[in-house]
Amino acid sequence: MPWTRDEMAAPAAKELEDGFYVNLGIGIPTLVANHVPAGIEVTLQSENGMLGIGPFPYEGEEDADLINAGKQTISELDRSAYFDSAQSFAMIRGGHIDLTVLGAMEVAQNGDIANWMIPGKMIKGMGGAMDLVAGVKKIIVVMEHTSKNGTPKFIPECSLPLTGKNVVDMIVTDLCVFQRPDHDSPFRLVEMAPGVTAEEIAEKTTARYVS
Amino acid sequence: MKKLFPDATSALDGLLHDGMMIAAGGFGLCGIPERLIDAVVESGVSGLTVASNNAGIDNEGLGKLLRTKQIAKMISSYVGENKEFERQFLAGELEVEFCPQGTLAERMRAGGAGIPGFYTRTGFGTEVAEGKETKRFDGPNGELDYVLEHGIFADLAIVKAWKADETGNLVFRKTARNFNLPAATCGKVCVVEVEEIVPTGSLDPDHIHLPGVYVQRMIVGAPYDKKIEFVTTRTRETA
Repeated sequence: MPWTRDEMAAPAAKELEDGFYVNLGIGIPTLVANHVPAGIEVTLQSENGMLGIGPFPYEGEEDADLINAGKQTISELDRSAYFDSAQSFAMIRGGHIDLTVLGAMEVAQNGDIANWMIPGKMIKGMGGAMDLVAGVKKIIVVMEHTSKNGTPKFIPECSLPLTGKNVVDMIVTDLCVFQRPDHDSPFRLVEMAPGVTAEEIAEKTTARYVS
Repeated sequence: MKKLFPDATSALDGLLHDGMMIAAGGFGLCGIPERLIDAVVESGVSGLTVASNNAGIDNEGLGKLLRTKQIAKMISSYVGENKEFERQFLAGELEVEFCPQGTLAERMRAGGAGIPGFYTRTGFGTEVAEGKETKRFDGPNGELDYVLEHGIFADLAIVKAWKADETGNLVFRKTARNFNLPAATCGKVCVVEVEEIVPTGSLDPDHIHLPGVYVQRMIVGAPYDKKIEFVTTRTRETA
């Protein structure tokens, strides 16, 4: 049985360590915040200029000046800090953020990622994704194993315009987890959803990986 | 020198011309210089290049300047949530330079700091780097290739702050600081709209986010009816 969206967040959350500063993308990556292991303190960064993202505000306490990068209202914590966008990306580009979790349309076997545009379709822009994959220490991609029509998304080479070259460290899909120790090594299949077989993974993956 | 002007139109007097480049602060609709945008719309100036992280939404923020077709080119990182933008872009009426968000912020910061170019790892090996110079450096992660990006030198910066004293020292509020700070520094002239002007001497000099040296003109834009793009809340657990 494939993992649910919420279950897909769990393997990514296992990578969190005490004291980590983390940036979570929009969608499934946001759910990683619900799986932070007990006894571990993690500070969430929002690239629009905040460290220490708090939960959604109580009804009636929304503040238009306090939003996350998805433009949703949030709240602050006692340890929160605000800063401007240049400072925000200085800490991202400068390697001060330990881990980021983001979605993708394609990941290649060499760690290339494509997640910002489909030629011929309306381009919304890359936002902060290119900066995050270029600067954050560990990059985790969370995505469906195949597209809606069954096309593999972990593939030999990206067909879509890249967001970053050789940057991905770990891939969590609804079927399994691939990981690699460094950017010169191939990805290895390290975990499968309950009931999913290695044969099924092989069938739905065109990228080369170590099983 | 008095920096405070009675309204947005008078604060922009003599600063606007066709084909100019404007750097604007704000992230989504958070911290956008809405009074100044309204005044630019009213002025009728056209052929603008606008450097701003986003392009507003339909009829809000820079969306107003798009509706009137006063913008010829946008330099932005993300332009979703804007139907009129999409229409003009697909029809070829609007030029868009997509710039990674951190690169855009740094281009503004660099421009304001007198730095015409800098190398960044962001975008290397992607379409963003096409046609740009690259150079190999021994950086924090070993020998890697970096992309040359250019600082932004805008004719005008329009930004929104929370409070200012009469000399233009600025304080921003929460995540409304965003691009307002780097944008303010990269304009030949910076016009700021604030929610409140406080007497000089009442702000703690240690708590100023942007010193008044960067600010030439100001207006009080209050009262504001700040818009929220996505209201997300949690319910209070009842005891």
